[in-house]
Amino acid sequence: MTAPIRTLDDRIRPSDTPDSPLDTQEYFINMGPQHPATHGVLRLMLKLDGETIREVIPVLGYIHRGIEKMGEAMTYRQFVHLTDRIDYLSALVNNWVVARGVEVATGTETNDRIEYIRTIFAEIERIQSHMLWWGVLGMDLGAFTPFLYGFRDRETLTDIFEETIGCRLTMNYIQPGGVMHDLHPNFVKRTKAALAYSKSKLHEYEELLSGNVILQERTRDVGILSAEDAVALGVTGPPLRASGVAYDLRKVEPYGVYDRVDFRTAVGSVGDCWDRYWVRVEEMRQSIHIVEQLIDNIPEGKTMLMKPAKKIVIPEGVYYNQMETARGILGMVLVSDGTSDKPYRIHLRSPNFNNLWALDAMSRGGRLGDLVANVSSLDLVVPDIDR
Amino acid sequence: MTDADVPSPDEPAEPTPRNPLIEALIASSYGVTDDPLSGSNPGVRVPVENLYDLLAHLRSEPSLAFNCLLSHTAVDRPADGTIELLYVLQSLSTGQRLLVTCPVNRDNASAPTVCGLWPIAEWQEREVFDLFGVTYEKHPDLRRVFLDDDWRGYPLRKDYQDDFMLTPDEPKQ
Repeated sequence: MTAPIRTLDDRIRPSDTPDSPLDTQEYFINMGPQHPATHGVLRLMLKLDGETIREVIPVLGYIHRGIEKMGEAMTYRQFVHLTDRIDYLSALVNNWVVARGVEVATGTETNDRIEYIRTIFAEIERIQSHMLWWGVLGMDLGAFTPFLYGFRDRETLTDIFEETIGCRLTMNYIQPGGVMHDLHPNFVKRTKAALAYSKSKLHEYEELLSGNVILQERTRDVGILSAEDAVALGVTGPPLRASGVAYDLRKVEPYGVYDRVDFRTAVGSVGDCWDRYWVRVEEMRQSIHIVEQLIDNIPEGKTMLMKPAKKIVIPEGVYYNQMETARGILGMVLVSDGTSDKPYRIHLRSPNFNNLWALDAMSRGGRLGDLVANVSSLDLVVPDIDR
Repeated sequence: MTDADVPSPDEPAEPTPRNPLIEALIASSYGVTDDPLSGSNPGVRVPVENLYDLLAHLRSEPSLAFNCLLSHTAVDRPADGTIELLYVLQSLSTGQRLLVTCPVNRDNASAPTVCGLWPIAEWQEREVFDLFGVTYEKHPDLRRVFLDDDWRGYPLRKDYQDDFMLTPDEPKQ
């Protein structure tokens, strides 16, 4: 099986499928690098025929920081503090993927308390990430109220982070061998209150945006991504599940305590923007359900099992491990030479870099106005694309 | 999907009986050897002449069906004079994962493109070209992806130097 390969020449050459009987001409236009709907510094070169999109060519690198190169000069514990800058809405999962990579490589076992705390925080962060996405999607499609609602409700969750971790967005809490410090005494009480609040708000979201006829018109059958295309293009996370592939690492290769909780994987059927919308809204519900099952049962135990002063030296080898962030599979390739306490090479398989290229497959043949819905439904975080 | 097919990433790397998939690949005609350094994931090494054929086999053989190229990256090994290309393959249907490592000559780093097998490879290969200077034969659009087009050198190579980079201190023994 081989896929057709199109060169850059093919992409910029005028195509012979005019949009209308009028004598139209194809032209190029830049969307970005500074564009409110790209949520960061991302440039999309669009080949247009009237309002019909013929090609989307993403141009990246405006905020490339060389995090992988920086990682080679740092110890593993130090590198954790860079990971919150890649996908800033999944900071804790980014921390966790490094921590787990080191733990697997050194054969360190963690205890239940640590895994419970990590799982609960990862799920709370998934909820707040999806809440932000929900608000921003509304704003991108012309509804300003959801933006304010999303940010307002997200606040109750970031307050929980602030109390225990001390940060609200770029968090560094999960470390190799445990978590940095124990939970705040108010954590359980406050989380329960925030979950009850979020639950009632999800209902409000449905009434405000999901049932809105404008949103439905602008997302249904727009930006369809077939299951075959999604898999071949390396798409993961909610966009993959919206295309009908029920692949969720939390189910397939459970880490943390996901194997002890009951939750369902939301799967779409068409693969359009509406399915991607619906999958994320459902994931918020499932995440609330996961935290509710865990929050009363956090066992006692130590929260850090590795002495912070201890030098971590990983045996020589190539270690790969991966986790499900709010946007897809975040993988880490960790290469150690076996002598130094620094990684020989670190590579982050970022979900956004791989999801981005599906934009062309989704948008080609569609209208320019739908591109904003497509970008928004992919939920891209640009620092994670550029690293 | 059965549990037996899914390699559990939580298990520490311990000498376990060799994976049947790797046994089958070693017995095949691709010059494959077992990669003992691939941690808890099954891994193989393959010479660059057979790289494309092996990956095409892994992609197309229905019982393997590695339909997702999760990640493609490289590791610079100046001591060996090679750059190791690393392909992380995942099958979404059987749940199996495989790391394929392929060393290429460092001075003339070149490998066949696998865009025809997994379209996402086009951009993952552009990233490796950008940061390691590996060229991919028959790649449709081999340009830098993160850095400027006129950038000199390949930053993730170990001997990369430029005028404004901060070099880390020598490790204290």
